Amino acid sequence: MRNSQGQSPTALGLFLIFARIGLTSFGGGLSGWFLREFVQMRKWMTEEEFFNGLAISQALPGINIKNLAIWIGYRMLGRKGAVAGFLGIIVPPGIVIVLLGTLFASLMRFDVTHLLLEGAAAAAVGLSLSMGLTAAWRVPREVMPIALMIATFVAIGILHWPLIWTVLGAGSVSVALSYFNV
Amino acid sequence: MSNPLWDLLTVFAPISIVTIGGGQSAIADIHRQVVDVHHWMTQAEFVNAFAISRMTPGPGSLLATLIGWQVAGFWGAVVATLALFGPTAFLIYGVAHVWSRFQGARWQIALETGLRPIAAGMILAATYILFNAMDGGWVAEGVALASTAVLMLTRINPLLLLACGAGIFVSLHGIV
Repeated sequence: MRNSQGQSPTALGLFLIFARIGLTSFGGGLSGWFLREFVQMRKWMTEEEFFNGLAISQALPGINIKNLAIWIGYRMLGRKGAVAGFLGIIVPPGIVIVLLGTLFASLMRFDVTHLLLEGAAAAAVGLSLSMGLTAAWRVPREVMPIALMIATFVAIGILHWPLIWTVLGAGSVSVALSYFNV
Repeated sequence: MSNPLWDLLTVFAPISIVTIGGGQSAIADIHRQVVDVHHWMTQAEFVNAFAISRMTPGPGSLLATLIGWQVAGFWGAVVATLALFGPTAFLIYGVAHVWSRFQGARWQIALETGLRPIAAGMILAATYILFNAMDGGWVAEGVALASTAVLMLTRINPLLLLACGAGIFVSLHGIV
């Protein structure tokens, strides 16, 4: 419930939001940060729109998080927003990785560096789990959708099947089912 | 002698197009090209660069930027980044465009409803893999579950949560 709620974003504003998320997302899970920022805090998108974008970003080739930044940017502001999303999520963190690349190599001598990073990463896993639970909550409570969700989880998480075949396979069954039920 | 910028482009652009399901899937191929084919880095240097890419904020695939930088300086970093992130940007842009033009079409509603369980399964699977990959045993598992609960119940800034996680690890280190 921030004061920015209801205001429409500008290209520069979007760029700065993506840059900030890119620069502060230690431990990964950037899409969880996007959910929090755009859906839960600012309410610029619905959960529905967000998870659609996430599924499409992951199914298409390309670095997922860059795809999602372009997708969200486009939904907000069209072409300008897409460019802002692309540049914001890549350029500032890209500069930082080059700068820190030199620095980090020397800091890794200290045990405390490892501990700090492991602790931050553990908390970041919580971000991923909370997003997974939010997404699972939205699945229709019927046999087929729930079975397909479990099958996707098992195929990717436990059997380590390639994502593309899993998504194409389970996804087309699921989409076909909803097409003929609509 | 070949041009390193051209080599970076021809290494990373094809990887960009086959990267499906996260940059992780491309790491093996990047490793082969960088260490075995082009001899840009030793095995140890590559592992170091990989570790740094996991620890710095932002997309892990910025590993390519770091490799480009070490191979050919500023322009190496620019070329490697654009080669890895650029080509598929146009694809998602095109899909986003088509998607908004056909808002509300029957096929789109079917796709949106049908993708829900798949997206949920994917996120839970990714979480499961991360959960198992964590170093730090029960402390890490406890921190991850506590952070999930806090996120679901409050509007806390996630950065604060990460700082708490880091703080807990450092303070418990002396005890455990």
